[in-house]
Amino acid sequence: MSSWTPTAPRPAPSNTVGFVAWARANLFATKLDTALTLLAFTLVVYVIEVIFGWAIIDASFTGDDRTACLKEVQGACWPFIEAKFGQFIYGRYPGAERWRVDLVFLSGLIGLIPMLMPNVGFKRANMVYLLGFYPIFAFIMLNGGMLGLATVDTTDWGGLLVTLVVAITGIVASLPLGILLALGRRSDLPIVRALCIGFIEIFRGVPLITVLFMASVMLPLFLPDGVNFDKLVRCLIGVALFSSAYMAEVVRGGLQAIPKGQYEAAAALGLGYWKTTRLIILPQALKLVIPGIVNTFIGLFKDTTLVLIVGLFDLLGIVQLHFTDASWATPETHITGYVFAGAVFWLFCFAMSRYSIFMENHLSTDRTSS
Amino acid sequence: MSKLLHRDVLLQALVLGALVLAMVWLVANVQSNLERQNINSGFSFLSERAGFGINQTLIEYSEDSSFARVLTVGLLNTLVVSVLGIGLATVLGFVLGVARLSRNWLVNKTAMIYVEIFRNVPLLLQIMFWYFGVLRNLPSPREAVSLGDAVFLSNRGIVAPALEMTAAAWWYGAALAVSGVAYFWLRRRAQFLRLADGTAQSIWRPLAMIAMASLAFAALLGGVPFSFDIPAFKGFNFRGGITVIPEFVALLLALSLYTAAFIAEIVRAGIQSVAKGQREAAAALGLPDNTALRLVVIPQALRVIIPPLTSQYLNLTKNSSLAVAIAYPDIVSVFAGTTLTQVGQAVEIIFITMMIYLTLSLLTSFAMNRYNARIAVVGHKS
Repeated sequence: MSSWTPTAPRPAPSNTVGFVAWARANLFATKLDTALTLLAFTLVVYVIEVIFGWAIIDASFTGDDRTACLKEVQGACWPFIEAKFGQFIYGRYPGAERWRVDLVFLSGLIGLIPMLMPNVGFKRANMVYLLGFYPIFAFIMLNGGMLGLATVDTTDWGGLLVTLVVAITGIVASLPLGILLALGRRSDLPIVRALCIGFIEIFRGVPLITVLFMASVMLPLFLPDGVNFDKLVRCLIGVALFSSAYMAEVVRGGLQAIPKGQYEAAAALGLGYWKTTRLIILPQALKLVIPGIVNTFIGLFKDTTLVLIVGLFDLLGIVQLHFTDASWATPETHITGYVFAGAVFWLFCFAMSRYSIFMENHLSTDRTSS
Repeated sequence: MSKLLHRDVLLQALVLGALVLAMVWLVANVQSNLERQNINSGFSFLSERAGFGINQTLIEYSEDSSFARVLTVGLLNTLVVSVLGIGLATVLGFVLGVARLSRNWLVNKTAMIYVEIFRNVPLLLQIMFWYFGVLRNLPSPREAVSLGDAVFLSNRGIVAPALEMTAAAWWYGAALAVSGVAYFWLRRRAQFLRLADGTAQSIWRPLAMIAMASLAFAALLGGVPFSFDIPAFKGFNFRGGITVIPEFVALLLALSLYTAAFIAEIVRAGIQSVAKGQREAAAALGLPDNTALRLVVIPQALRVIIPPLTSQYLNLTKNSSLAVAIAYPDIVSVFAGTTLTQVGQAVEIIFITMMIYLTLSLLTSFAMNRYNARIAVVGHKS
């Protein structure tokens, strides 16, 4: 008895599988599509050629001063970044003390990385470490003046260090302040509500630069004679107040999205205002607005560059400052410096936005979409 | 309930009391500080002579003008860069947003890379990049890059032929006015006819005929309505034409490119928010693709797009204050900067500056809210 064997299935037509089919569907579906593809292709090839030529082929990679970057056709001047790298990271922080900054960076990362990974435990202990111990430790290490550490004046801080100090302080201060303002704006108490609305609308209605001007020029006038804050601290206050107004509006969006039934259910369980807010409302509201919160953080991170206008040297400020160094004055120094600083900022902002997408998916209790 | 109420009243009274005390304390500090530092107060400085020049003035200005004039010049400079920036950013943003939704893989990814790069780099850095990195690196006027010997690019900015209207331009203006009136009249008539007996009439053909006829008439009467003032290099710089200062170009470019990335994301989200069924229903009704887009998708997408778009416009206006970093003479730069250092009255000057920005913000949101209310779904709350 011979058994029946089915013939093997024929392969799909070659124009419906593989790269050809993909290209037909995604690049050349219609005449217009084909034209757009060719146009975009030309543009992309041109841009890549320009960037590649500038950053690699025509670039200089070694050298000790401007003479390395004065070729006939000159691309990027990377030796400038190499020579100034320490300055860009630490500013004028004394060389012998830079280990303190490294230690602060490192101990921050030790707390932050497990904090950002949802599957790692000890969140509560970590929180105590990050919000309780770390700020004090970082302040003592950076500022010095005790435990036998030499004092390093904040005027000597600079570069990425200042950028991170301003950004992180702003982030840590603006979230709780923003939540309080958002709650105040929805409060039943008329005076509290009016004050919160006034604060939020004023700070959202003016540019950050005027707030920083106010912090650097006007704030000293508001304080009694002899009392004065450090310039860095004044800018920190300005940045924190400014971003807390934006944060408040983001959080308010989340609060408004919580159905009334949640409040009623909490009241039925006998919870008071603060317990309802802390246990029922905020966990749901904040989860809803994670993208908005992270966007505010990203905005704040980018806005830290504005401190250079009032005379602090953040990463962009210190790069800008070193353009005046005559031993590195070449036509390409500026662009090289900006590209370097831009890449650093981009890395931080892009990482934050990707992390927010990851967290959004992770926290999503909506099982229909993965 | 009344017990709770008492507590609330007490709490608020405490908050208010603390605030008033703080205010009194601050004002007292300001007064003693000002007296000690010999700084005047009040707004009389506004009528004093400014004594410094400004390199871009839309209205007449000289060193003898008052500080109030400085304020106006700065405000106009802020407005011109903001309005042009809003226009450019909107056009580019809509193109990019639509490109982000294209089925075309390459177009889609190109737009995505643009958006991810431009919105994740600080605006101030972008402004400085265009100004110090690109525009100031252009050759000097002597070796300026020329486009057809009419437009010149140099490190002093862009010099272009100036368009000068002759008296004949009035005839053309009148012709346009006639066409405008004709448009409204034809539209009303078409609407009336449609309501009366259902006949649909295109208004475009009669309108085009009227417009062409009136323009031809204007040309017959007036001839060419404009002449060009072509710039030429003389001595050390260009004479004639109009000069756009590099600060303006850099600021406008950076503001538009940066904000366009945000607008692109808003447009994408807006179009995506229109339910797929709407397009399908439109197709089922027999509407062609572009009509469905115009009558079904875009009106619904606009409702989602307008509110965040408004805040982008506000952001752009506020971000134009970064002009101070490259010394474009906007309000912050010439008023909160130069005037402040000359007069020293920080409180008044920062207050005026902030008030102006607040007013601009409120006006923009008012206008956009009006527009939003017009396009909102009837019967929907907010």
